[in-house]
Amino acid sequence: MSETATGRGWAAQDVRRELHSELLEINMGPQHPATHGVLRLLVRTDGEIVHGVTAHIGYLHRCAEKIAEGCDWRQWMVYTDRFDYLAPINMNFGYAVAVERMLGVQVPERAEHIRVICAELQRIASHLIAIGTFGLDMGAWTPLLYCFREREEILNILERLSGGRMLYNYFDIGGLRFDAYDGFERDVLAFVNIMEQKIPEYDTLLSYNKIFIERTADVGVIDAATCLAYGCTGPVLRGAGVPFDCRKDDPYSIYDRFEFDIPYGEGEQGAVGDCWDRYMVRMREMYESCRIIRQAVDALPGGPVKAEDLKKLVKVPQGSLYTRTESSKGEIGYHVFADGGSKPFRTKVRSPSFSNLHVIEKVGPGMMLSDLVATVGSLDIVLGEIDR
Amino acid sequence: MQVMTDLFARIFGDGLSPLGLLVAGGLTMALVMALVMALCAIVFTWAERKVAGFIQSRYGPMRVGRWHGVLQPVADMVKILGKEDIVPRDADRPLFLLAPFVIFIGSLMAWAAIPFAPGFIAADLDLGLFYIFAVSSAATIGILMAGWASNNKWSLYGAARGAAQAVSYEIPLALACIPVVMVTGSLNMNDIVVAQQGGIWRWHFLHDPFLFVAFLLYFVASIAEVNRGPFDLPETESELVAGYHTEYTGMRFAFFFLAEYANLFLVSCVATAVFLGGWQPLFGPVFLPGLVFVVKAVLLVLLQMWLRWTLPRLRVDQLMHVCWKVMVPLALVCVLGAGIWMLATGQAG
Repeated sequence: MSETATGRGWAAQDVRRELHSELLEINMGPQHPATHGVLRLLVRTDGEIVHGVTAHIGYLHRCAEKIAEGCDWRQWMVYTDRFDYLAPINMNFGYAVAVERMLGVQVPERAEHIRVICAELQRIASHLIAIGTFGLDMGAWTPLLYCFREREEILNILERLSGGRMLYNYFDIGGLRFDAYDGFERDVLAFVNIMEQKIPEYDTLLSYNKIFIERTADVGVIDAATCLAYGCTGPVLRGAGVPFDCRKDDPYSIYDRFEFDIPYGEGEQGAVGDCWDRYMVRMREMYESCRIIRQAVDALPGGPVKAEDLKKLVKVPQGSLYTRTESSKGEIGYHVFADGGSKPFRTKVRSPSFSNLHVIEKVGPGMMLSDLVATVGSLDIVLGEIDR
Repeated sequence: MQVMTDLFARIFGDGLSPLGLLVAGGLTMALVMALVMALCAIVFTWAERKVAGFIQSRYGPMRVGRWHGVLQPVADMVKILGKEDIVPRDADRPLFLLAPFVIFIGSLMAWAAIPFAPGFIAADLDLGLFYIFAVSSAATIGILMAGWASNNKWSLYGAARGAAQAVSYEIPLALACIPVVMVTGSLNMNDIVVAQQGGIWRWHFLHDPFLFVAFLLYFVASIAEVNRGPFDLPETESELVAGYHTEYTGMRFAFFFLAEYANLFLVSCVATAVFLGGWQPLFGPVFLPGLVFVVKAVLLVLLQMWLRWTLPRLRVDQLMHVCWKVMVPLALVCVLGAGIWMLATGQAG
């Protein structure tokens, strides 16, 4: 009785004191099932209505950019894996392209093709998680398990390629660490065949479910102007109706050789740029990734997978370069400064989730608590990449 | 209850006074019902996992108890009994400790008026149906107590949602049963079941179109009433962590769990008795009445599980919209329509 009588908690406070109403400040996270990692959203609510959201980040900060100054150019590849741990290949890709451009090194054809195949497989895997967990945020458990079933196939392929199931460290400066295994093409094609059949299944189960549409259409609308102001990229920007994709608009690697479309939000179920549009962009991108993979497998040449003329310890000529590539979350940019030595002088990573997340502070106020969960889910953030 | 008092009268002869018989019979029946509830929770937790596993293309529990993890609930119970009973420091202690039992008792009391078989009913009340709705709404108080006393903002959200939802959905739930009461002319659960004698075409849900709609309304409202998906807003895993029972551990958490599955079975039992002919078989004479009743109720439970693992969840305002703007008016139309139907077909006395 003693502790409750002192009234330290609001449950025990004397309600006979003057009754007044105030906004409830509530911490969503860092341990909360809807924040997809260690994100803390400080939410000010009036009942179910959200009046303000502040995103507190940094729980996963591991000084990755500073660490780069202590390891040589090849070594830092391992750390890029750990940014977006749901799409490490895409993180590798950006860094590899950045350093290769500074070196002016030509990556062998075979390596380029395998890189594209891996990157697109990884994009599908990442989108599968985005879609599955978004369904989970909406209370639909089953799609998550279906998504994981397909993702498992991708992980199996990448495991046979690299030995890792989560963090691959497969890309190397100037190519790949080792060549693909025998039967790699067969496995990839088999997966693509399955995947293309499964997407309609997700559509029936989740995308066009009446309740799902009710929950996501016209919810968390982020228009193109807001996206541009906040620097949102990837499915968030494309969901807002802007068909911008680094693979098309600022081609890197060999993406300019493939035929694929850029899906963008058209407001099919509600306003352009709502949660449903962002969700659907990911769904359609999986189709497009399958298309790219087919073309890349068909064109896969033989030959080496490493640039021959590259030393073990690369020395990058003095200068700085910003390189952007398209990860599953958006534009991942590496701004690399070299002083001519064997180590990066300074690196700066522009992470897509960082920009995508903070738009929540703009669109959050006024929506309901459940819609906030839906919106955060539809942004598809990965905290490892935000905090680095 | 009659069964039990008769049994005791036969065993003890004149050794027990009528009052003694009543007390002994009542206590035994209460014990039987509590056991039924516990059994429900055990069977349905396992069934839920297997159903979820089947739907999600995985196995579910496979290890404990040789065949398909049948002993998994037992293992879970042992584990949960061994957990520390934590009461948060700033919780309202008496309310916090009491809440799980309030929910449990509300559910247990409602079982008294469920007619499992002819004569096998703990309390053959003339107001049986009314009694069930009355006592099962006591669980709302338990939800509010748990949410408030936990001194956790997420719990409070869950409790507020739970209370609003339970209070709202009781209305279509009860309204949907009124056409049946009109047709039967009784609130006695036994009478309602007996009125459906004579094969599936005599069951109330096929009595007329309005009763069929009423049955669907009852089914939807009952899912909301027991806080299960797609209406599981009070515990919304992905929004409110675990809703009103976030802070509960061990045995007290188990009581919430027990009450959830007992309630699930309870609403299905009521639906069986009121709409699906109770212990009456599809056709022919009454045959193994208790089993027939349980099979029907279990099928309804499985249907609810199927829905839970298939559909996403509604939002709070959508939930209220469905209740007040769709289901309540529809239920009222059903009441009116059933009345007109009775007049037109000459059933009205």
